[in-house]
Amino acid sequence: MSVLVYTESDQGVLKKAALEVASYAKAIANKLNTTVTAVAINANNTDTLSKYGVDKILNISSTELENFNAKGYADALKQAAEKAEAKVVVLSSSANSKYLAPLLSINLDAGYVSNVVEVPTEVAPLTVKRSAFTNKAFEIAQINSDIKIIGLSNNAFGLVETSADTTTEDFTPALSNLGVTVDAVDKASDKVTIADADIVVSAGRGLKGPENWGMIEELADVLGAATACSKPVSDLGWRPHGEHVGQTGKPVATNLYIAIGISGAIQHLAGVSASKIKVVINTDPEAPFFKAADYGVVGDAFTVIPELITKLKAFKAQ
Amino acid sequence: MNILVCISHVPDTTSKINFTDNDTTFDTNGVQFVINPNDEFGLTRAMWFKEKQGAKVTVINVGGAETEPTLRKALAIGADAAIRINTAATDGLTVAKQIANVIKNDNYDLIISGRESIDYNGGMVPGMIAALIDANFVNTCTSLEIDGTQAKATREIDGGIERITTSLPLVIGGQKGLVEESDLKIPNMRGIMMARKKPLQVVEPIESSAKSNSIKFEKPAAKGAVTLVDANNLDELINLLHNEAKAI
Repeated sequence: MSVLVYTESDQGVLKKAALEVASYAKAIANKLNTTVTAVAINANNTDTLSKYGVDKILNISSTELENFNAKGYADALKQAAEKAEAKVVVLSSSANSKYLAPLLSINLDAGYVSNVVEVPTEVAPLTVKRSAFTNKAFEIAQINSDIKIIGLSNNAFGLVETSADTTTEDFTPALSNLGVTVDAVDKASDKVTIADADIVVSAGRGLKGPENWGMIEELADVLGAATACSKPVSDLGWRPHGEHVGQTGKPVATNLYIAIGISGAIQHLAGVSASKIKVVINTDPEAPFFKAADYGVVGDAFTVIPELITKLKAFKAQ
Repeated sequence: MNILVCISHVPDTTSKINFTDNDTTFDTNGVQFVINPNDEFGLTRAMWFKEKQGAKVTVINVGGAETEPTLRKALAIGADAAIRINTAATDGLTVAKQIANVIKNDNYDLIISGRESIDYNGGMVPGMIAALIDANFVNTCTSLEIDGTQAKATREIDGGIERITTSLPLVIGGQKGLVEESDLKIPNMRGIMMARKKPLQVVEPIESSAKSNSIKFEKPAAKGAVTLVDANNLDELINLLHNEAKAI
C-alpha cells in the first residue's frame, strides 16, 4: 500500500507543480503511515523527487506517450496504481491532470475530488476541503470509495522538503487505442504559463487598446511573471482567450497577482481570489477591486507602470 | 448528426453565495439560475452544427423539476428536445452515470458538456461520461469541426493550444472559444413560444451510489483593508511586496 502521485513533466523536465503534489502526497502518506510512489512519464530529472519525500519512482519511457494523451496517461496511471496497491492517488490541477483525472476515476472505480486546498483533516473517512463556487466558498467533502483520487489546487500546499532514500524502477504499462491524435502544439516556449507562474500581471480595459500592452509584457518580464487579462479585453480581441482569467476563463491561484486597469467585476474577483497577495493599480479609487486587494495604488497606469518598471529593475539589480 | 448537450442549472455569475441548514445547503433564496456558461458555449456550437450541417440537438439535465425553466431556455435558443433525469445531482460521478445510461439507450454521435459547472467546479462529468460509454474525449475544447465521422478540435493547454484529430462518438468538455461571447443567443419571443410545444421528457434515474459527498460549506475569511500606496512613492510598494508580503 502506498500513496501514488503523478509527477508531471514538460519537455522532459519535472514541473514545479510535480514537486508540490509530491510534497502533498508525503503529508498524506505520513497520516496514513505509508510510503509515496511517484509516476513520471518521459521525465529526465526524477532525482529531484528524493528531496520531496518520494520513496519509489515508477519511470515510464514511451514514444507513444510523447504527446500528452489523456486516455493513454490514465491507462498508465491505473496500472501504476494497481502495482503500488495505492488507496490514494494525488494529481495536480494542471490542464492535463484535470483532463485525465475523470478517466482515471472510472478506470479505478475511485471517488475523485478536485480543487483540494489542504491536507485531509481526517483519513477515515477521507475528508478534504476544496474550493467551490469559483472561490466564493469552500466545500468540506468526504470520499467513501476504496480508492480515492485527490486533485490538489495549484499553490495550495507549496513545496516541503523531506529527504528520502528513493528507489527507481522502470515501468512499462500496456496501452490500448489512444483515440485522440495531437497534430500540433502551439506554445510560446519562452513564456511562463499562468498555471505555473508565481506572479501574474493582468490588465484590463483601462489600458485603452492592445497597442499599449508593451509595458505590461515588460513588467511581466522584469518580474518573471505570466501575463493575463480581463474578460472584456479577451472579448474585444485585444488579447488571446488563453489569457482571460476569471470565472469563465482560467482560474488564478498564484503568490502575487497584479491587476492593472481592471475594475474588479465579481466574476473576475472570484476567479483570481485564490491568489495570496493582490495588488491593484487603477485610476478610480472607487473601483471594487480595491476592496479585495492587499495593496493598492490610485493612479494612471500610463505613468505608474513605466515608473514601476524602472524602480523594479533597480531593485532587481541590487 | 445526433447531438446531446448537457446543461447544468447554476446560479447566475453575479449571485451572492450563502448557505443554510447549518452551512450544509446552498441558499437558493433570491438566486437567479441560468444555463452554466461553459455549457451555453457548447449549446451555441451545437446550434451552429444544426444550421450548417444538419443535426438534431437534445439537451439533458440531472435535477428536480425546479431546473425545467433552464431546459426550456435551451429549447427557446433552438434545441429540439429536452430530457430531465429526475433525481438530485449529488456528486459528479452520479450525474455522469445517469447521463451515460441515457446515451446507451439512444444513439448520440456528439456529446457536449461544459468543462466544469460554475457552482461546484468539479470538472469531471464530461470525462466520466466519455470513459463510461467508451467514447473519445477532448477537454477544455476551444474549437470543433466535424466532417463525417472525423473531428478536428483545439484544446487549451497551460500556456498554449493543442490541435487534435479524433473521431465520433466524441465527448467534449467545452468552454469559451467554441463560439464567441457575441455569438450567444438570447431567446426571442418566437423561440420562447415554440419551446413550450417542444418535448421535455422526464426520465426516472437508475440506481447509482455516490462515491463522495458534501459535509458542509464555509465562506472565505473576511478580507482585511487594502494598504494604499501613493502613486509618487512606488519604492514603498516594492518595499512592502518584498519585506512584508515576501512576494518579490
